[in-house]
Amino acid sequence: MASSSSSLIRRLDWVLIAVTLLLVGIGWMNIYSAINVDDRAVFDITQRYGMHLLWIGISIVFDALILFAIPEKFWSAFSWWGYILMLATLVAVLVIGTEIKGSKSWINLGMVNIQPAEFSKITTSLALALAMSKYGFNFRNFRDGATAFALMLLPIALILLEKETGLALVYIAFLFVFFREGMSGWLILLGALAILLFVITLAYSPFIALLTALGIIWTLIVIESKESNLWLLVVAAAIALLSFLPKLLAIEAISNIIHFSPFEILAIIVATVSVYLIVREILRNPRSKFMRNALLSLICFIGLIYSVEFLFDKVLQDHQRARIEVLLGIREDPSGVGYNVHQSMVAIGSGGLTGKGYLNGTQTRFNFVPEQETDFIFCTIGEEWGLLGALFLLILYFFIITRVINSAEKNKNNFTRIYGYCVAMCIAVHVVINLSMTIGLMPVIGIPLPFLSYGGSHFWHSPYFCLFS
Amino acid sequence: MAVYFRKKSIFIIAIAAVFLVIAIRLFSIQIIHKEYRITAENNALKYETQFPARGRIIDRNGLSMVDNKMVYDIMVTPIEVTAFDTLALCRIFDLDKDYVVKCFEGYKKDRRKIGYGSVYFLKHISSEQYNYFVEQSFHFPGFSASIRSARQYPYNAGGNLIGYVSEVDQNYINNNEGYKSGDYAGKTGIEQAYESRLRGEKGYTIYLRDAHNQIKEHYENGQYDKEAIAGEDLNTSIDVILQAYGEALMRNKVGSLVAIEPATGEVLTLISSPGIDVTQLDEINKHYSDLVNNPLRPMFNRTVQSVQPPGSVFKLVNGLIALQEGVITENTMYPCHSGFTVGNLHVGCHSHPSPLNLKQGIMMSCNSYFCYTLRAILDNPKYNNVEEALTQWHDYVESFGFGSKLGSDIPYELGGNVPSAETYNKMYGKGGWKSLSVISLSIGQGEFQATPLHLANLCATVANRGYYYTPHIIRGSEDYPLDEQYSTRHYTMVDTSYFPTIVDGMEMAVYGQGGTASAARIPGVVVCGKTGTAQNPHGDDHSVFICFAPKDNPQIAVAAYIENGGFGATWAAPIASLLMEKYLKGEISPERKWQEQRVMEANLLNKVRVK
Repeated sequence: MASSSSSLIRRLDWVLIAVTLLLVGIGWMNIYSAINVDDRAVFDITQRYGMHLLWIGISIVFDALILFAIPEKFWSAFSWWGYILMLATLVAVLVIGTEIKGSKSWINLGMVNIQPAEFSKITTSLALALAMSKYGFNFRNFRDGATAFALMLLPIALILLEKETGLALVYIAFLFVFFREGMSGWLILLGALAILLFVITLAYSPFIALLTALGIIWTLIVIESKESNLWLLVVAAAIALLSFLPKLLAIEAISNIIHFSPFEILAIIVATVSVYLIVREILRNPRSKFMRNALLSLICFIGLIYSVEFLFDKVLQDHQRARIEVLLGIREDPSGVGYNVHQSMVAIGSGGLTGKGYLNGTQTRFNFVPEQETDFIFCTIGEEWGLLGALFLLILYFFIITRVINSAEKNKNNFTRIYGYCVAMCIAVHVVINLSMTIGLMPVIGIPLPFLSYGGSHFWHSPYFCLFS
Repeated sequence: MAVYFRKKSIFIIAIAAVFLVIAIRLFSIQIIHKEYRITAENNALKYETQFPARGRIIDRNGLSMVDNKMVYDIMVTPIEVTAFDTLALCRIFDLDKDYVVKCFEGYKKDRRKIGYGSVYFLKHISSEQYNYFVEQSFHFPGFSASIRSARQYPYNAGGNLIGYVSEVDQNYINNNEGYKSGDYAGKTGIEQAYESRLRGEKGYTIYLRDAHNQIKEHYENGQYDKEAIAGEDLNTSIDVILQAYGEALMRNKVGSLVAIEPATGEVLTLISSPGIDVTQLDEINKHYSDLVNNPLRPMFNRTVQSVQPPGSVFKLVNGLIALQEGVITENTMYPCHSGFTVGNLHVGCHSHPSPLNLKQGIMMSCNSYFCYTLRAILDNPKYNNVEEALTQWHDYVESFGFGSKLGSDIPYELGGNVPSAETYNKMYGKGGWKSLSVISLSIGQGEFQATPLHLANLCATVANRGYYYTPHIIRGSEDYPLDEQYSTRHYTMVDTSYFPTIVDGMEMAVYGQGGTASAARIPGVVVCGKTGTAQNPHGDDHSVFICFAPKDNPQIAVAAYIENGGFGATWAAPIASLLMEKYLKGEISPERKWQEQRVMEANLLNKVRVK
């Protein structure tokens, strides 16, 4: 036992552990700063910084226990049971959970509230790692692909039912893991394109969104089919011409004859041509899938763009709609929905290059920024440590993510590698969404900043220390 | 394996790219865009408004009619308030606990609006309460005391004239630039008319809150602070002692008393009775509804807003027009047999010798004489018809300043009415009227209406023998030379050579045998006056009198309009002349003391019928 634990100590990635602890330390310092009380005692657990210190201590003990007391083999054996147990908990939360700020995702354990959805990321990662590390697993195999997607989608569905959209969104991290393990990258590209079109439709018009889709897909077809570059010019010219369509239709004489909107006209033309080309392609060469898929996607995009309004008005909840509208500048609302983001950007922006100095930030400390010790903790850093502090933080995160990816790649064990990717991608998605939200690049999505935000969810970060050789 | 390494690179490059976007955005909001820093400073800066002292209002002799005193207010910054001993606070200010609870409910409701700002918690506390609070204030974080200057009135005179100052409401803020909630502004009288000069400029002290929400220091050593600039003192033409005396004379009477210095057009007194007591101006909100609901309408400035027929004093104007038109001379005699009778029409008159010439007509205020005079004007063969003649008459009358606002600096002045040919065409149909139809104009009745200020101005015009300066209450200074309209002579259309006759008539009215205005005599001063009795279908006639003195080089011209006062000689004449005597001699001569006492003790309010 002694020898195994001493070899374990040697095998651990101490650099990674040190950087992580550094982040946790930075997090605590800033929570301490963000909470504005005059009488300060560091260990005062009636204050959140005191409580946070307690959480950090518990996490470290917990992590050490996991590393030293639980045999490595336990993890793969535990995966299924952990996953099923977590699904059961998520269902239970829906029934007996406590509602906090409109989402029924908390379990009240007397002294603390626990959000099982945070932990389900770990169990889902473990389950995915187990499923995908199975010998002969192949994404092109329908059954394997379906299993992976099902494992990912089940917890998402339950979390959405708990109205924790933000937490559910983090699960897109697993899509990137799927890509690493053989899923077609086109799926991610098309997903990104769908989001882009959704935003363009809202911010500009369906017509422009469709032109964009047309341009991108046409370009992809031209590149993929290795036709001459002349075609690219034709694409550009055609799209430039088409952009005059709305102006043309604005002429009264023409609009009296044609009652369709520019989008509808273009959609009908594109859909007709696409269907014709697909049919021709299938007849001519049933094995070439690219062209067919590209044109099919185009038709799907027409459908998506057409239904954006419906999705936006009917499917999204009021506060989500408002957040997106504020982000896209459709609505100015600095005192309402836009308040958080505006104050957050003011706090960060006022930090300048070097910041106002530790404990000297006026914005974060006067409670101008809401949720400043949880989701908006980055404001404190931006204000008190300035651009340099913020960039330093970015570098630390980049270091951690790439280090985890690198050690995952080096690992010969598939289970460990996949789990490592899951952890890296979860951290990356958390960091990107959280930072983008505080600086107004994304709508407000309430998810914490890993290692920094107040709370006890640091448990879930721990098992990635298992990534030893 | 190679393909997986390629994938790893894709991951790392993609993550690097996204982080780069975030870094660029950070650079943009932290380094390039300055507005975030400014907003942050505004969030953290605390502006403390420095209220300027309002300018004093000074009378013609350098006495303060209005100056300032200190009042103490308690402000509260709700966001800084922590739990405090409500009862202790109530004890300091002698408050009800419910008041505090209610206040804080209000702040909670408006918390978005208030934000980090301060609002009034209590206004006008005593200096004892202020001092006690300052000692105890550390118990009540978020509460602060502020000192503000408020109006003080050394003389109990000129309530309506001065007007009141009160806190601006939302409507006022919307319509007037540069006001914020909590500011004060003049709402009536001189305070309103000269608001821009009296108000001064607000200043502010900027403090920086540190991260502990403590006021840390003067922001940038106070270099961006702005000191409050006190309002300018306003020199007025009012004689505050005379104003107070006039108000004493007018006590328990309804009407106006206006005095003008003819040589300048400066208003010496402007009294509307009953008026607002200056003690009520201070806390106008408390008294406002009482004042508004008082049936005698103390807020109503009768001197410029009460438009009524002036009665016989208007005969002077008709006499002057007739002389100018050449339809009479000063020697023209007209008969009067207890009045003027043509067919069914009869305008009564009191008994006096007959026939009379113009001066005698004025002296005895003969109705008949001026009926003949107006007929002579309107039936002048020079004009094709009465319509044309009346139009000419109308222009003459307007040249005396009647029929429109004189353009004084007294707010809410009204213009009165000079009937025109059109007026009568509407009443009788075109060609359906003749000089007899409008005969009541001859004695200042009928459709002709003027304000007491108009009458005082008429008196000043006669005193000046033919011209007037637009009446005004402001005096010019080096920085503010008098407005041109107040320093320009306005001549009437009647030649100045005709005025001495009228002046003689007015002198005879006071001193002549059978003159109507002997009550206006002042020992040692030659007084010229003209009585009027304005018919009042709603009750006793109104007593009207205009006079000026001395006859040569007149110092003061007065118009008194005493509602329901009966004959002009009964009340208006003694009141006007007592005011003149006070002004000219400083005190009332012993032989007139009985007159003064009679006036001051008289209560005519029971005669006033409230509509």
